[in-house]
Amino acid sequence: MDLAVFLSGAAFYVFASAAIAFAFMVVSARNPVRSVLFLIMTFFSAAGLFVLLGAEFLAMILIMVYVGAVAVLFLFVVMMLDVDFVELRQGFLDYLPLGGLLGFVLAVELIVLGASWRVSEKAADLRQAPMDKDQENLRAFAEVLYTDYAFFLEAAGLVLLVAMIGAIVLTNYHKKGVKRQNISAQVARKAEDGVELVDVKPGQGL
Amino acid sequence: MTPFMSTLSLIAPEIGLTLGALVLLVGGAVRGERAGNVITWASVGLLVAAAFWGLRSAGTAPAQAFGGALILDQLALFGKTAVLLAAALVLVIGAGFLKIEKIVKYEYAILTLLATLGMMVMVSANDLLTLYVGLELQSLALYVLAAFNRSSLRASEAGLKYFVLGALSSGILLYGISMVYGFAGTTRFEGIAQAAHLDASVGLVIGVVFVLSGLAFKISAVPFHMWTPDVYQGAPTPVTAFFASAPKFAAIILIARLLMGPFADMIGQWQQVVVALSALSMTVGYFGALMQTNIKRLMAYSSIANLGYAMIAVAAGSQRGLEAMLLYMGLYLITTLGVFACILAMRHTEGMAENLDDLSGMSKTRPGLAISLTVLLFSVAGLPPVAGFAGKLYIFLAAVEGGLLWLAIYGAVLSVIGAFYYLRIIKIMWFDEAAPAFIPSDLVLPLTAGAAAFMMLPGAIWLLPALERWTQAASASLF
Repeated sequence: MDLAVFLSGAAFYVFASAAIAFAFMVVSARNPVRSVLFLIMTFFSAAGLFVLLGAEFLAMILIMVYVGAVAVLFLFVVMMLDVDFVELRQGFLDYLPLGGLLGFVLAVELIVLGASWRVSEKAADLRQAPMDKDQENLRAFAEVLYTDYAFFLEAAGLVLLVAMIGAIVLTNYHKKGVKRQNISAQVARKAEDGVELVDVKPGQGL
Repeated sequence: MTPFMSTLSLIAPEIGLTLGALVLLVGGAVRGERAGNVITWASVGLLVAAAFWGLRSAGTAPAQAFGGALILDQLALFGKTAVLLAAALVLVIGAGFLKIEKIVKYEYAILTLLATLGMMVMVSANDLLTLYVGLELQSLALYVLAAFNRSSLRASEAGLKYFVLGALSSGILLYGISMVYGFAGTTRFEGIAQAAHLDASVGLVIGVVFVLSGLAFKISAVPFHMWTPDVYQGAPTPVTAFFASAPKFAAIILIARLLMGPFADMIGQWQQVVVALSALSMTVGYFGALMQTNIKRLMAYSSIANLGYAMIAVAAGSQRGLEAMLLYMGLYLITTLGVFACILAMRHTEGMAENLDDLSGMSKTRPGLAISLTVLLFSVAGLPPVAGFAGKLYIFLAAVEGGLLWLAIYGAVLSVIGAFYYLRIIKIMWFDEAAPAFIPSDLVLPLTAGAAAFMMLPGAIWLLPALERWTQAASASLF
């Protein structure tokens, strides 16, 4: 057997089983900080799968954005919020039979699906942005992202704008009676506004 | 014109709406809350202008923008016009409510604009990616609108519930999309149609079912309806009016386009699913309504049942079916907005009158409003001689023609049960002891309700052929 094929096959099973195992640990870990750390490991395994598919750029993005930014943010949030996770888990056993049954049915369906998976004969001809074998990832992205896919990029930008507006609308309170710093008023303040010279007569006071 | 410019001119209304929303957003950020009123009315102007600007492409041949990501045909035009005008009307009838409840904020109008933009993308989607982006743009704005009244615990609960379940349904939808893409190798609708025409593998079928489940959540079809009553009750009433009207319309058009376009050859597979969704929605919609005392929850169940009827027509999978669905949804849109105008007009000094008991004896205290609401409820129930009857009749005819006789019979039997309930409300309004009168409302509310009721009456018989001509042209674009 070809060594390269064997190695890539072995690497696939290592990354895939690691991804599943870590994903299971995310939901089963008692300590939420550990959950986030396992989540990071899941992202790493998924990045490994991307590399095996020849999508190096996506693998790097996954690590930079999800591990570097999103997961770290999660970690901050989990550590700053005082959530009683033991209490949150209390209904776990009650829902286990129903949830387990649904999960089992879904798993059987997915196994049937995986066993009978087939790609359309036409799929190779129908591809929208086929990529040359010796072309780099980044170039292939760059060629279509701002041209053929410009609409999707702009529309996704609008989705992010809505998310931003939403976050501000739902969280930004203007409480009455709170003193706020007014920088222009501070800068415009002169010595005459703040200091008053008073000639105090001896023995009289103010 | 260069190809790029001609693509841009095709989606000029969308671009205009986007730029307008951005300018108003900056305006609101600079001027603060004082600008709330101006921005609401400017948004109404924008929506109406976009609707009429879009109408210039009425009767033209279908065209594709951005290399096939969007399609501009008569069906898209019908959907866009309806969605834009409904959103404009919702802003108009909701303005007074927001002022009284002291939740006037300029972001409200801007989020409505952006949600409407998402719906416009949805109705002209010609690619699974477009479908998803449009749907997310719409949903995300709606989640925020549901929780817009931050001081209300119910509104926050509604927003959270809607968000969590909506995110789950988006996940299901994406999972289905990934399977369809994995099978066909493309996300363009024409390409998927070619791949599905050749043969439909198990993977594709499961993909279609997942996509359908994700979309069924958006039109709150049973068994994906659990969020609807709580969200409708908790959200501020104008937002509920918006939920019940424009997004439902956009989502059902999207479902029809998807099922009768790329998946048209798989009708044997998806028809059973749509029939099941439809029968369950009608059942739960009507039997659930029997136990409600809150009028907003009642409207939630009513919308579930109505979308069930619309799905009978979708299940027929024919041009007649699509035509009947569009006609029915057009009438549903007018009726729903009229009923919500009535609900918004009912206010006591201590708050909104949301219980059915508050309606008792309304014929004595507010006769005009009572007449409008009676006509509208007749139409919702589908009783002759009101236009809602014609809508249901068309659907049953299309279903019989499509070989779904028993589903049509089931729908007809259930609408009798539904009629009992709507007639009970009418009885409360006309024959019960008068409850304390409502405080006077904005003139625009009874006017809207009256106009909607008038359009349902046989006197406005000209409306039906006009709507029919348009739905005929719109439904022809998929066949």
